[in-house]
Amino acid sequence: MEAMSRNPAHASLRLRRLFRWRPHQQWEAYLFILPSVLGFSVFVFAALIASLGISLTDWGLVGPKAFVGLDNYRSLLRDPVFALALGNTAFYVVTIVPLQLILGLLLALALNQGLRGRETFRMIYFLPVVTTLVAGAIVFRLLLGSNGPLADAVSAVGRLIGQPLSLPDLLGSTRYSKWAVVLLTLWKNTGFTLVVYLAALQGVPQELYDAAHVDGATSWQRLRHVTVPLISPTTFFLFILQTIGAFQLFAEPFVLTRGGPAQSSLSIVQHIYDSAFRFALMGKASAIAWFLFFFIFGFTLLQNYFQRRWVHYETE
Amino acid sequence: MQALSPRSTTRLGQPARGLLYTALVLGSLIMLAPFLVMVVVSLWPNQAFLERRFPLEQITLANFSETFQVIPFGRYILNNAIVAVTATVLQILISSLAAFAFARLRFWGRDSLFLIYLATLMIPSQITLIPNFLIIRALGWYDSYQALIVPALFSALGTFLLRQYFKTIPLELDEAARMDGASSLRIWWQIILPQSWPVIAVLAVFSFQATWNDFLWPLVVTSSDSMRTIPIGLSYFVGQYSTAWNLLMAGSVIALLPVLIVYFVAQKTFIQGVTLTGMGGR
Repeated sequence: MEAMSRNPAHASLRLRRLFRWRPHQQWEAYLFILPSVLGFSVFVFAALIASLGISLTDWGLVGPKAFVGLDNYRSLLRDPVFALALGNTAFYVVTIVPLQLILGLLLALALNQGLRGRETFRMIYFLPVVTTLVAGAIVFRLLLGSNGPLADAVSAVGRLIGQPLSLPDLLGSTRYSKWAVVLLTLWKNTGFTLVVYLAALQGVPQELYDAAHVDGATSWQRLRHVTVPLISPTTFFLFILQTIGAFQLFAEPFVLTRGGPAQSSLSIVQHIYDSAFRFALMGKASAIAWFLFFFIFGFTLLQNYFQRRWVHYETE
Repeated sequence: MQALSPRSTTRLGQPARGLLYTALVLGSLIMLAPFLVMVVVSLWPNQAFLERRFPLEQITLANFSETFQVIPFGRYILNNAIVAVTATVLQILISSLAAFAFARLRFWGRDSLFLIYLATLMIPSQITLIPNFLIIRALGWYDSYQALIVPALFSALGTFLLRQYFKTIPLELDEAARMDGASSLRIWWQIILPQSWPVIAVLAVFSFQATWNDFLWPLVVTSSDSMRTIPIGLSYFVGQYSTAWNLLMAGSVIALLPVLIVYFVAQKTFIQGVTLTGMGGR
């Protein structure tokens, strides 16, 4: 910018060169991007500004908007339900993300051993990823219910070993409802992690394993010092992606437990939905959405900063 | 000595192999169990599930016909199909037009605009949820197909993936076509798009799957039975018939069938897509 204004001759030369290069392409190009830019302008850019504006008002969907400054943000900091939803979502993030990465990596390592039937296994593990979540959640309501098949199985095992065992009521207790959501999410998403990891493992050059083998490395050492560092960019990518996904959990708790019992599985996004579309608190709901954005953004920046400590990039 | 299989990282003995297989089969059973339970419960009267007795002579398809009677499932499927197909086709057309300009045309502001597109990938959709709901309402589109389709048409990720792919196609093809007097529109339609089938297929299955299964947005912008999609219809169904497991499972089977058919037909494309988008992070 500065350089251009200081040197107008240079700027106009650049501009002229740009236009001389197939001048018809200029307006033609704008026609090509027009539909996309129009849509983005309305549904993304205008919506962003509107969201910020609404978050500064007290508005019940009908009637006038009252400007309240940062009051929505301030009162959220003292809102016990927001704190609860935040805590629940943090629980989802710290359970789902590591479990999914570890399970996905273990399964991918197992499938990468050149076993027969690898494609079939991969197909089966990926199946839940493409299923309609609501349908999956309904089956989990049946499976995990207080007298469902899983409870049967647990008591059957109890009888077998001569000890009274029983499955706690996962869906109906404030203590375990979050675990029910975690189970559903793991079932649904682990296949995705597996497929991405498997592709990364296929990219590790065989020579490195052979070299490590010649040097007498055990299989654990090869895993620890060859595989894990080489696929760390993938781990980093999955880590960011799954964390963002866990922050945004909605349908899983919403269908499985309705966020209950007693809001024990309520997620931030359901809190946004409830505030906006059940209680018509548009300002409050928008403010929660911006908090969510700041959490995700801050987290991503933080990870980006720390990645140099553990992410290994091959240098050209 | 055992021959080294091309992708094997360790030389596994027979016992280790057996252990791995057992673990993988057990894991598969856990993954498949929900589907099995769904199908079994949907094929017997509810009493069978409550008593955990499934005599073969009681197998019935009655649950399916009853499900269709108590909720307008046919309508939901039709809505889902209309929305998913239209949104997928239009999204790819719009994204590929923009991607063509970003990849192969020169215009003022091109690179900054592309960066802005990429930056929108950082924004969680929950932020635009409420304004978009208000926009839809202001346009008079609440509870209509437009509400379900139009906001889904503008994909930064789709534009990005298409642009990256278009960049790999040799520019000489465009030059030669231009010498022959072809317009940009023609180059886009007759040269670039046909060359890009792999990435278009990936985007198509992903977009189809995402719109078919979408939950939050249809929940917010539809209110009548005639506009509901399957996921929304199913979730209301749970509220009304929370103990009629046979009907709920029949409904779930019906909801899953179309997307599972697409999965089995286009399985390779799905996996490619995950690795393509997944490797985008490298």
